[in-house]
Amino acid sequence: MPVTTIEGHEIHVDDEGFMTVYDEWDETLGAALAGAIGVEMSDDAWNAIRFMRKDFKEQDDVTPTLRRVSTAGGFETKKLFELFPKKPAKKMAYIAGLPKPKGCV
Amino acid sequence: MKHLLILGGGTAGTITANKLRKKLPKAEWDITVVDRDDKHDYQPGYLFIPFGIYQPDEVTKSRRKYLSDDIPLIYAEIDRVDAEAKTVSLVDGRVLPYDQLVIASGVTPRPDQTPGMDDEGSWYDTVFDFYTHAGAIALAEKLKTWEGGRLVVNIVEMPIKCPVAPLEFTFLADSFFIEKGMRDKVEIVYVTPLDAAFTKPIAAKAFGTMLEDKGVRLEPEFMLERVDTETKALVSYDEREVPYDLLVTIPLNMGADFVARSGLGNELNLVPVDKQTLQSRKFDSIFVLGDANDIPASKAGSVAHFEIEGFVENFLEHIAGRDMTHKFDGHANCFIETGHGKAMLIDFNYDTEPMPGKYPVPGVGPMSLLKETKANHLGKLGFRWAYWNVLMPGRPMPIAADLQMAGKKVPVA
Repeated sequence: MPVTTIEGHEIHVDDEGFMTVYDEWDETLGAALAGAIGVEMSDDAWNAIRFMRKDFKEQDDVTPTLRRVSTAGGFETKKLFELFPKKPAKKMAYIAGLPKPKGCV
Repeated sequence: MKHLLILGGGTAGTITANKLRKKLPKAEWDITVVDRDDKHDYQPGYLFIPFGIYQPDEVTKSRRKYLSDDIPLIYAEIDRVDAEAKTVSLVDGRVLPYDQLVIASGVTPRPDQTPGMDDEGSWYDTVFDFYTHAGAIALAEKLKTWEGGRLVVNIVEMPIKCPVAPLEFTFLADSFFIEKGMRDKVEIVYVTPLDAAFTKPIAAKAFGTMLEDKGVRLEPEFMLERVDTETKALVSYDEREVPYDLLVTIPLNMGADFVARSGLGNELNLVPVDKQTLQSRKFDSIFVLGDANDIPASKAGSVAHFEIEGFVENFLEHIAGRDMTHKFDGHANCFIETGHGKAMLIDFNYDTEPMPGKYPVPGVGPMSLLKETKANHLGKLGFRWAYWNVLMPGRPMPIAADLQMAGKKVPVA
């Protein structure tokens, strides 16, 4: 499993750069990850990231889909596209230190 | 007398009822199936109706006919499951008690979930689905006289049942218009939320190339927000627009509403289960088979078939108070019609993506994986016979339930 360093934090990532160890994350790291992909983090954005992390643990380590963040988390889908432009599901997972959401077969 | 209640008399419900009726002692267990009607459709046949390859009545049979005579079939709408009390309430007021419950109520296309999609005036006039009998029939009528323009094929969101069908529709449409001598009057655009033509890399490459070869434009990563039926365009959440003259869409697929009313489902009304035993994560006496569960496998008849092989053995262990030993590996296989009398076949599971090779007999076939052949096309057509005459009655099929790696060409990294 590749290891990389972001702003002094050493983290395990998969070959696309998504974090693979849940407990290696903290909010300063999240901020650094957001910076790395050019996402500005507002309070609303942080709320979405916090929901993602909480839900991941509650749902047996499954990264929530965009739909789940919207319906279970109470965030408007349109708003998520504004906060995390173009690819919100992937960006949120990346920033939240979670595995890429599974594209279903 | 103990009661096994099965909600849904489609593919999964029928196979399960017939197989378990043969294995459960009649003196100890009765088995009852509940469905809202007697119309059992061979859903893979819907794809062929718009192009006149199948006639509408060729895909429909009686549920009652395909369930063993000693299995009562109740025609009713389900209100809700009370999992604590172990009862199922029907809309007509009847209450059915159960000892074990199988939910096999599938998924349904829900155009009402996307603003504009089922607008009166455009639905089944310029906007169609083919994932329902009615939709496929309406589209057949439309295609008889449609003179051309931009045909947009769209997937709203994953998961959908039969994830290859939108590609098949696109390939068949290309052939259809070529055969009619009007392909140059039609522009075909494939709009998908996925980042490629398909989900798994090896297959995605194969299909992506095919779309290109057939002159179909791919519009990936398109998350549909609404259908603007005035301007006739798909609009995404990030404000991209794809105009259409004829829209064939696969609407959001959701599980049954009674699942939501029962508090058993997730945000798509799918029931969360253990992916190896198919047992509900919340209630030990509830199993969910076929499309209605949330396992990370395709929603396909082949998955229902393969998972039920293991489920039947697990169920017998479960009711005897033993641990369930059969672990479903997520095995699926799918034929993909590619037009001009040929088809592809893919074979995969939770951990292994589709790979080239031969199926089911290594080296021999007769079907070829990830390759367009006439044999595959004949296999797909021939399967309809097997569905009704072998699979539904619960008879064994001469193919392994688990994915077999023998005969597959594993790509060298």
